[in-house]
Amino acid sequence: MTTTASTMTELDVRADFPILSRKIGGKRLVYLDSSNTSQKPERVIAAIDDYYRNRNANIHRGVYPLAVEADALFEAARERIAAFTGGEARATIFTANATAAINLVAYSWARASLTPQDAVLVTEMEHHANIVPWQLATAATGAQLRWLDIDEQGLLSLDQLDAELATGDVKLVAVAHVSNVLGTINPVKEIVRRAHDAGARVLIDGAQAVPQMPVDVGTIGADFYAWTGHKALGPTGIGVLQADAAVLEQMPPFLAGGDMIERVTRERSTWNELPWKFEAGTSMIAEAVGLGAAVDYLAALGMTRAREHERMLTAYALEQLSALDGIQIHGPLTADARGGLVSFSVDGIHPHDLAELLGREGVCVRASHHCAQPLMAKLGVPATTRASFAAYNVSEDVDALIAAVRSAQRIFA
Amino acid sequence: MDDLYRDFILEHYKRPRNFGELEPHDLEAHEYNPLCGDEIGVQIKVADGKIADLRFNGHGCAISQAAASIATEELIGMDVEEAAKLDADWMLALLGIDISATRRKCALLLLKALRHAITGDGSWPVGATD
Repeated sequence: MTTTASTMTELDVRADFPILSRKIGGKRLVYLDSSNTSQKPERVIAAIDDYYRNRNANIHRGVYPLAVEADALFEAARERIAAFTGGEARATIFTANATAAINLVAYSWARASLTPQDAVLVTEMEHHANIVPWQLATAATGAQLRWLDIDEQGLLSLDQLDAELATGDVKLVAVAHVSNVLGTINPVKEIVRRAHDAGARVLIDGAQAVPQMPVDVGTIGADFYAWTGHKALGPTGIGVLQADAAVLEQMPPFLAGGDMIERVTRERSTWNELPWKFEAGTSMIAEAVGLGAAVDYLAALGMTRAREHERMLTAYALEQLSALDGIQIHGPLTADARGGLVSFSVDGIHPHDLAELLGREGVCVRASHHCAQPLMAKLGVPATTRASFAAYNVSEDVDALIAAVRSAQRIFA
Repeated sequence: MDDLYRDFILEHYKRPRNFGELEPHDLEAHEYNPLCGDEIGVQIKVADGKIADLRFNGHGCAISQAAASIATEELIGMDVEEAAKLDADWMLALLGIDISATRRKCALLLLKALRHAITGDGSWPVGATD
């Protein structure tokens, strides 16, 4: 059946996002770059504003009422953020972003655990944030870094995973839940099961998954699950590491300083309990409050509903793009197998030029290597153009994308 | 008419001048734009202190490829010492279109490679007003 705009049951929450009423050069803002960073609902902006206007004080230190209130707001946000993805608050650590969450594991866990006899397994579809920390950690420990391939459709092979695990030296599997370039949704629960059977730990980069689909870190069962606030309708400056509490207990601290200690003497220090053992220095308090408001918004919207909406937009975009001449779509061909994003190439037009021309029509897309240069090398392209969706997009946005691509094709014809 | 993608820019993009390899050559360098992954290599043959011949290769957007193509037409025959002193203003004036800050590096990639090949300095070219 042909999907058309008119037959789609349209969710339209644009009014909740102040920026979407902005005009760019007289054109409606068509924001298709949410995999890069999402826009923020009024509720999140208001929560941050209210925090600074009415409730600002440092946490974990003050005994006066304002500080007690700030402390309660911060830890209540942690409770809701942890619950949103099915995790425990004490094993939910705030970091600067997803990259910092992965680096926490690469420094604290990997450097204390890896030996020259071990291997770390990453995949060809990883973001640099889930590659470079492992290049450094393996170089520092003498461990091996090995790669899982993707097939023509941008899927991983569980058989290859099994073969790698069967060698017996894999200590960690680091894999994206949803690829930021291909959109591929990886079978993370199954990957975790197989890795754990082989005695390997698993880190999942959930930066693209948490904003757009129901995620339950308890069910997935990974040792480490990293994601970031700013892609999930929250502010920049806050990332989340949700981990197995027993593993975190065994790990040495990462960043050292105030708040992460229990007691400091001239000779030595002992560590605070979880999660604060991994949160040195003053935390991102306003950001946690903002992210708390963001997960409240997403929970009220319903992640199943958000996922279904973005799946429909993706299916519509795949169909409309495929109907154009000279378009190559990267990644799985069906919307069921991918998250809410589409990377594509247009014959004869470099992604940079395409994004510039689209931008003049108010259509915001990302044109780059998407911090995934090993994947670009595999695809045989220097860069791609990526349109990505969030709950606040509508099918009209896909129509604007298609019209702008056609207009760019005319200029470059 | 589009202010950026003018006919002459698209014409140089689609049919770049002096594109390819130059063997043998006396100088060469290869440069990347980390923003977009674009790359340009340049190979130069020197005779009597002049750029006797030059080819560029690589891949990139219309702005980087057109800038490179246009620049090579000026560079062949130029004194090597003079070429080493060329700055960002020269390249942007030659291109003759308004370039936004984010596309500036696209326009300067060939010049970066050229300067690297001649002087060994691979830093981004700057202009008088930078």
